Amino acid sequence: MTQTPTYFDEMLTGPETVRDPYAKYYDWFSNDDLKRLRRKSDEAEAFFRRIGITFNVYGQEEADERLIPFDIVPRIIAAKEWAKLEKGIEQRVRAINAFLHDIYHRQEILRAGRVPKELIANNEAYTPEMIGVSPPGDVYTHICGVDLVRTGEDDFYVLEDNVRTPSGVSYMLENRETMLQMFPELFATNKVRSVSAYPELLRRSLAACAPQNSPNEKPVVGVMTPGIHNSAYFEHAFLADEMGVELVESNDLRIEDGRVAMRTTQGYKPIDVLYRRIDDAFLDPLTFRPDSMLGVPGIMDVYRSGNITLANAPGTGIADDKALYSYMPDIVEFYTGEKAILKNVPTWRCSEPDSLAYVLDHLPELVVKEVHGSGGYGMLVGPAASKKEIAAFEDKLRAKPGNYIAQPTLALSTVPILTKAGLAPRHVDLRPFVLMSPEKIEITPGGLTRVAMKKGSLVVNSSQGGGTKDTWVLKD
Amino acid sequence: MMLGKTAGGLFWMFRYLERAENTARLLEAGWRMALTRADDDMSEWVSIITTAGMHDGYDAKFDEYTPSQVINFMLRDKDNPSCIMTSVDLARSNARLVRTALTLEVWEAVNECWMDLKKALARPVNERDLYDTLNLIRNRTAVVRGALHGTMLRNDAYAFSRLGTFLERADNTARILDVKYYVLLPSPAHIGTKIDNAQWEVILRSVSSERSYRWVNGTETSARGIVSFVMLDQRMPRSLAFCAKQVQDYLGFLAQEYGTRSDSHEQADLMIKRIESTDIDGVFKTGLHELLGVMISDATKLSGLIEKDFRFYE
Repeated sequence: MTQTPTYFDEMLTGPETVRDPYAKYYDWFSNDDLKRLRRKSDEAEAFFRRIGITFNVYGQEEADERLIPFDIVPRIIAAKEWAKLEKGIEQRVRAINAFLHDIYHRQEILRAGRVPKELIANNEAYTPEMIGVSPPGDVYTHICGVDLVRTGEDDFYVLEDNVRTPSGVSYMLENRETMLQMFPELFATNKVRSVSAYPELLRRSLAACAPQNSPNEKPVVGVMTPGIHNSAYFEHAFLADEMGVELVESNDLRIEDGRVAMRTTQGYKPIDVLYRRIDDAFLDPLTFRPDSMLGVPGIMDVYRSGNITLANAPGTGIADDKALYSYMPDIVEFYTGEKAILKNVPTWRCSEPDSLAYVLDHLPELVVKEVHGSGGYGMLVGPAASKKEIAAFEDKLRAKPGNYIAQPTLALSTVPILTKAGLAPRHVDLRPFVLMSPEKIEITPGGLTRVAMKKGSLVVNSSQGGGTKDTWVLKD
Repeated sequence: MMLGKTAGGLFWMFRYLERAENTARLLEAGWRMALTRADDDMSEWVSIITTAGMHDGYDAKFDEYTPSQVINFMLRDKDNPSCIMTSVDLARSNARLVRTALTLEVWEAVNECWMDLKKALARPVNERDLYDTLNLIRNRTAVVRGALHGTMLRNDAYAFSRLGTFLERADNTARILDVKYYVLLPSPAHIGTKIDNAQWEVILRSVSSERSYRWVNGTETSARGIVSFVMLDQRMPRSLAFCAKQVQDYLGFLAQEYGTRSDSHEQADLMIKRIESTDIDGVFKTGLHELLGVMISDATKLSGLIEKDFRFYE
């Protein structure tokens, strides 16, 4: 525990030894004035505040709107690196979609014994209401945000698949906008692939999944938000705006003539595709949580009769359930017939007695996560935790082992951020965004790089003080 | 095509902005009046608070009228649902709700307006800084209006924005006149005399038209002159006649755009007819107070009909 682990830095592999993708950037940086860059960094914050890229923090009254810290040093990925990631992501998403179809229909994978039956049957994320339902175009995971981490030159791991409603794509787009405005000269020397087509691709991709029997001449798409108090409201409005579609809430919608319709100034008009940014549980009070004020009563009936497309499909949560995560290599192989290109992080399932025993013995070295948790809440980062925190966590773990999985503490790669003293390495992860339609899978070159702003911290979640960076994928 | 909620959000966003601006104007008029008066008479502050519709709230909180209390109550008191900060807050919440219907420039303008005022009104405002504060409010709201004018498509979204502005303005102008109606009444004592100089000035200042009044009427100030200017003059952008005409025009645009007329159109026509058939003699014959009462309720009714006809709410 006393030795400092060495981390793979994506920019500098030694003092003044710059990795290829960063060569031009580093050159530019070294010749620029640190004071000017610091000033630019402050400007970026003012810019974000003015256009209102803020998020609301749950459980903090009066805090209302906070900014996610933005760091002006880009995260740069070489063309070759990206090509491999792209292939791996596409393979994985294709497998997940096939898995979802299977698990809600014939359940071949369970019959083949590749995934234990109990894991599905007893899983809260499994949605019996979806059994036998085929979503339009057979697409379940219209939008995914696969979380990747890197530990070495060629070592990428998938940390989470995020196939429910991944957020953060607005930061990918706005971070790039900000960089273009602040440092246009960088884009003249570095050949960076554009991300700006994302909203248009999203709209087309969603429209391609519209029900065939729509009364509308062209598919009508809407973004559904829980409302302005939701932490990601900015993103919901942003995406609706960029796609040129309506942003709707529960009280704009009702069921009319067997279709979901929105209240316009001229009466109710049917919608074909809802990109819904609310959880399954709140979608339909008649089917799921009866106390939900955010959903549309009866929308699941419309869905089951094939008259509306919901993106993503209800019930996709089963595929990014942390208990199932450890089976992903099998799942990929089962549906694609190929070995998984992207690696999984080794995982101990605490539901298994042997694993539990190991985990209990090694808590100070491990990261323990709640199976259904997200956003960095309710997890233990062993190396960073105090004895007291570990002891408290141990009690929780013993009480409900099935609720947890454990993973080794990964030596996440670092990318420098700009601090008062200059460049300083911080840990990062990467969330590329994937769009799926019946015809194709499209991955926007780039994504959201989240960065732990605190020295040594491995937690990159914005709810825990993490920041973001612009992510560059270079052209060949 | 647009969502009913979005139409409602735009309507209210611009109503609240207009309200903030009018409250600032009113406050400035009252403050000036207090400054130019030699005595300690607080009655002008009472009438300012009454005009702003804040009388009950103020009395519930304070026992007496002092300039600094009134100023801060109107500017930033959380217990006052119509204070300027709250109006701007609500304008911005509505703007967030309808972001997809606003151009980036309009959104940025209203967001900056909110950020700057939040900072300026974070602490009680000293009388010394009041002038600058009021200036800031007028300036920031003007930038929003400018962005709207310069960048928004002239479609239904624009029409709902303007409807909100003019209905709020009509209501405000009517209330300013109504609170002062007694000084405008031709009583035996007033016949042939000029009304209290300070009183007419406060009316004209509250509607930012002391200069334009003079362009129209010279230095001749009379009850008739003021009433016919602030109520009936088609050229005066805050007059009841002007606001009503604008409302009718934007509703007319919506009728054309949507291919259908509804109750709100009938109500707007009725309002216009009422104003057109009124002349200045009629005003004083019917009674100014009575007539303003009818006009205020006309506008309230119209606002309700617009909400219903265009499905702002479920």
